[in-house]
Amino acid sequence: MKDMLTSVAATSAASPRGTERESMVWPHKHLLGLEDLSAEDISFILDTAQAFEDVSTRSVKKVPALRGRVVVNLFFEDSTRTRTSFTLAAQRLSADIIDFTAKTSSVTKGESLRDTVRNIEAMGVDLIICRHPNAGAPHLVARCVNCCVINAGDGRHEHPTQGLLDLYTMRQAKGRIAGLKVAIVGDVANSRVARSNLHGLLKLGAEVTLIGPATLVPKSFAGLGARIRHDFDNVIGEFDVINMLRVQQERIASSVFPSIQEYSRLFGLNAERMCRAKSDVLIMHPGPVNRGIELSAEVADGAKSAILRQVTNGLAVRMAVMFLCKQASEGTA
Amino acid sequence: MPQLLDADGIASALRRMADEIAQSAPPGCSVGLVGIRSRGDDLARRLQPLLAQLGFRDLEYGCLDITLYRDDLAEIGPSAVVRTTEIDFDVAGRYLILVDDVIHTGRSIRAALSAIVDLGRPRAIRLAVLVDREGSGRELPIQPDFAGIRVPESAGRVTVRLMETDGRDEVEVGT
Repeated sequence: MKDMLTSVAATSAASPRGTERESMVWPHKHLLGLEDLSAEDISFILDTAQAFEDVSTRSVKKVPALRGRVVVNLFFEDSTRTRTSFTLAAQRLSADIIDFTAKTSSVTKGESLRDTVRNIEAMGVDLIICRHPNAGAPHLVARCVNCCVINAGDGRHEHPTQGLLDLYTMRQAKGRIAGLKVAIVGDVANSRVARSNLHGLLKLGAEVTLIGPATLVPKSFAGLGARIRHDFDNVIGEFDVINMLRVQQERIASSVFPSIQEYSRLFGLNAERMCRAKSDVLIMHPGPVNRGIELSAEVADGAKSAILRQVTNGLAVRMAVMFLCKQASEGTA
Repeated sequence: MPQLLDADGIASALRRMADEIAQSAPPGCSVGLVGIRSRGDDLARRLQPLLAQLGFRDLEYGCLDITLYRDDLAEIGPSAVVRTTEIDFDVAGRYLILVDDVIHTGRSIRAALSAIVDLGRPRAIRLAVLVDREGSGRELPIQPDFAGIRVPESAGRVTVRLMETDGRDEVEVGT
């Protein structure tokens, strides 16, 4: 946008340039899950993230968009990469950021979540980045405060910024989402990454297949619009993208699969299984990778792996999300 | 709305601006054209071949989105649209021509200057605009070095339409 006087022309209808968005009003001051967003909302975030991508590559890796704003990382569950990514993204927007870790807080003295977040907000905070082991906790936080809330992972429910950065990475590599055949492989039942991916991919028109042992890929997911398979080898050749989920260590000892070796043999990606995949398949993983279990080292580090690109793209996506949510909380909306 | 410039008027204004830019450039320097989105980028792209005809060889083009540098982000709120900045050359040491369609308050240009400085240190930055709305509406001490046409702000709102964005070339003035 330009000086006010040209805004009439800037909002004029059908642009011959066509592909470019002349105007859009972003209405959401919270990002709690991709299930709540429309396809247009999701595409708008991805387009906005593209504009933030170059901030990380230029001489001064900072823009003043959130200068004077305060962002809080409110993490009730361990995280290194998501927290670091949000911290760096906030810093690149020139915001001030503080870390709040449940283990060193009054939560251990019995303070309720509602009291904790209302006290934090009273210090003049503009955005809360919330991770919590219980599904729905960020939604509760959003109802208690006036500032923006971004879900950084809630229980087994959603991890919307991971879903968005996965979509961004797929779109970057394949040029589109609609019509892509995407496999999500592993512990779907317990994965918030899988749920956010599933909602986002289906809304944007991808065909999603969930793959894993029956104990980890329940039939109920078919109701959301995904196909379910338990025989990875028979279908692996169909996919443009294979998103491998992390085997969660805490579940290895439980009874959901007989042994790690068996899981790895049936559902792990190694060089041999890769021979049956499409030659231009994109391999993704939300990290951290259990090398030798869901991914062999040569696949994780191979030419088809997008794992490090996902991490890089996460920064741009989180900058876009923080910027858009903050903007929605301002002005006339 | 009275028409201030038609397609020919815009073309000849750009030719004259290109001449002036060429005369102002220090001998032997590399020139970079940076257009402010939207419409400034289209104008910068049109200036590029005109300057090339005048003998500039090392001539780069880029476009700049200033949204993240605006000082009124809190006022525009949810309608902020961030687009990509595409400046694929090193601005350091270059004679940079910043191009916009209209200057009025000067605040867009202030934002653009801040954005450019974050990309590197140009040898100099000059400002070229198609329309200079002159008057007390200027809110910052920023003036164009090259202007296609000057209009007193009392003439009213200025609307620039360009083929690339709006399907036709014209500048209109009046309420």
